[in-house]
Amino acid sequence: MSSFIRLPKSLVVVLALAILVLGLAACAPAATPTPSAVTLTFYYPVAVPGPITQIIDGYIAKFQQQNPNIKVNAVLSGGYPDTLTKIQTTIKGGGTPPDVAVMLSTDLYSLVDSNAIQPLDDYIKAAGGDSFTSDFYPAFLANSNYQGHIWSLPFQRSTPVLYYNKDMFQAAGLDPNKGPANFQEMVADAKKLTKTDASGNTTTWGLEISSDGIPYWLFQSFVIGGGTNVVGTAANKVTFDTPQVAQALQDFADLSTQDKVMPTGILQWANMPNDFVNGKAAMIWHSSGSLTNILKQAKFNVGVSYTVGEKGYGAPTGGGNIYMLKGIPADHQAAAWKFIQFMTSTDIQADWSINTGYIPGRKSSMDTQAMKDYIAKVPQAAVAPAGLQYAGAELAAHDNAQIQKALGDAVQAVLTGKSTPADALKTAQQQADQILSAFKD
Amino acid sequence: MTLRPRASIARTERRFRFGTAALPYLLIFPTLLFVTVFTLWPSLRVVYDSLFLQNQAAQTPQFAGAQNYTALFDDPAFRQVIVNTFVYVVVTVPLSVLLALVLALLLNQKIRALGLYRLAFFYPAILPMVSAATIWLFMYTPGYGLINVFVEFFHMPSQNWLGDPNLALIALMILGIWKQTGYFMIFYLAGLQGLPHDIFEAASLDGASTVQATRHLTLPLLMGTTLFVTTIAVVNAFETVDQIYIMTGGGPNNATAMLLFDLWQTLFSFLDVGKASAISVILIVVLLVFTVTNFIYTERRATYE
Repeated sequence: MSSFIRLPKSLVVVLALAILVLGLAACAPAATPTPSAVTLTFYYPVAVPGPITQIIDGYIAKFQQQNPNIKVNAVLSGGYPDTLTKIQTTIKGGGTPPDVAVMLSTDLYSLVDSNAIQPLDDYIKAAGGDSFTSDFYPAFLANSNYQGHIWSLPFQRSTPVLYYNKDMFQAAGLDPNKGPANFQEMVADAKKLTKTDASGNTTTWGLEISSDGIPYWLFQSFVIGGGTNVVGTAANKVTFDTPQVAQALQDFADLSTQDKVMPTGILQWANMPNDFVNGKAAMIWHSSGSLTNILKQAKFNVGVSYTVGEKGYGAPTGGGNIYMLKGIPADHQAAAWKFIQFMTSTDIQADWSINTGYIPGRKSSMDTQAMKDYIAKVPQAAVAPAGLQYAGAELAAHDNAQIQKALGDAVQAVLTGKSTPADALKTAQQQADQILSAFKD
Repeated sequence: MTLRPRASIARTERRFRFGTAALPYLLIFPTLLFVTVFTLWPSLRVVYDSLFLQNQAAQTPQFAGAQNYTALFDDPAFRQVIVNTFVYVVVTVPLSVLLALVLALLLNQKIRALGLYRLAFFYPAILPMVSAATIWLFMYTPGYGLINVFVEFFHMPSQNWLGDPNLALIALMILGIWKQTGYFMIFYLAGLQGLPHDIFEAASLDGASTVQATRHLTLPLLMGTTLFVTTIAVVNAFETVDQIYIMTGGGPNNATAMLLFDLWQTLFSFLDVGKASAISVILIVVLLVFTVTNFIYTERRATYE
């Protein structure tokens, strides 16, 4: 019998604990401060290495000091896809989304389609209109406009750049002070930089460009450098199936099959910086955000230049913008705008850039003393912002994840020899057209 | 007045009978509740959801009949997913079960450092799949990864294992087999140690060789274990997702995309609830057919024991 009695007793303890915990949780909201204070929730993803949480917490402390009646509750929301999923699911389930969130600039149409965000026009007008927006790099605002509204502001932006080993350039008789100016030059340089051992195995590759994860992104550098793009300003139209895009894809594939300056197959994004700092690759294409990490690890002189296509420099932009969510109370909206303004301000953008490697969203950030001091120390950091004049829009459309995958699959099919550029791009175009036919504008 | 006690007896009896009748239901109630809330209801719900278009273009669900299903089977990428899953199941299940049996037979003998061997083979089962996948991701690295160093030692060309569509699925299958074989081995070892000694003694007295004894005694006697292990292996194979997420993202060009990964991608990346529900239904039906077949087969085989 005693064992029968013991069980309920432990159950009682468990129940009592459960009630206690639930009770405490229920009491927690009652502890909010004075009624005039607003508590904002801010979601941000982490996509680069470094003490991101500490840096963000530092900004929030500063913001709260300047705005004593606004409290910001910053939530690290995983990666970009996690953040988008969390917010979309919350909205679908009828829950309260965060007030402010950092999401990919290319998430714009998905967010508008699911009625998740609100335009910032009125606030921008009150803050000075064009004189307010003109300080942001136009390339970074390319994915902010839709249906005549501005929906987001650049927060943590990047672009692919070409990293090269200056010591190897010198040894191969190349000018270590400049990278290749176009695709043809890049191939010629890469041939000189590729080294094989006695038995014919390659010890150093001239070039490595990754094609896993989001293959469309680095491929866009070939396309934009070739003088065209896969996307225009319409949200329901992409142009994959053109001779110029096919040529760009052929160039990408030729690097390993014809020119033999790059390993065959799909190369992994995460391996590129390792191969570069270990001397396995003389040149790589990678995010400008990897600069800090690469400089820290490389035991040689690192050069930074622009990614190229047949007609010269070219690159897509990348990274996250800051959005205001829909359906938040009016007092939250005003506070949220204050917070967005603060996070995209000249000084914060300069500091964020110095600490992470992201490109500042504002031109004026480059003129701050902190940035000037930093560039004096790390001159490579000035390359990516200067290269924005060659940048084009990143692939973005309705149902973006599927559209990006359609182009990515085509790139991978050609790079692995499973298809020709023309066939693969035709298939991708058909897929994209079918998906986009459901959207009016 | 004399009726009263009789009525009360009847009432007690009835109450007692009601109590006994209700007891089984009361006992299964908690399980039934959880099964209904977490298995039955969601299963029925996905069947319902799979009949509606609900995605980025259709924010409010629109009835679409079988459109989600026809769209899936018209999609070459999804057909590739089905083929990949099928290949993965057909290759990894028999191979890991067979290897597990061989290992168990070898490690059921009196050899030196037996515990060490058993631990070594069982060790992969203890690792979380995500950690194992991360380790193997590094081992498969082109150029300096352990697998390529090994391959080059035998004067074979170094491979880009995860970046070659002809090798990527094989690379994932090798990891899958490595990861689960040791786990299945433990079941076989337990089975082997439960076998009656007298039959084997009799067999050896009758002059049966080890091979004969293994084939005609050990294997049939382990049938129950084999069926159990095979079931787990098949379910494992269909549930392959962690390593795909970590190692290939379904690439190159969908070469390693499998059902559960495709389901995850359709729902959480493409936000297509209708199509994801249709994939869930397909997965449920496939596993249900397998489980029922397996169950009937096992029932028939039960006479063996």
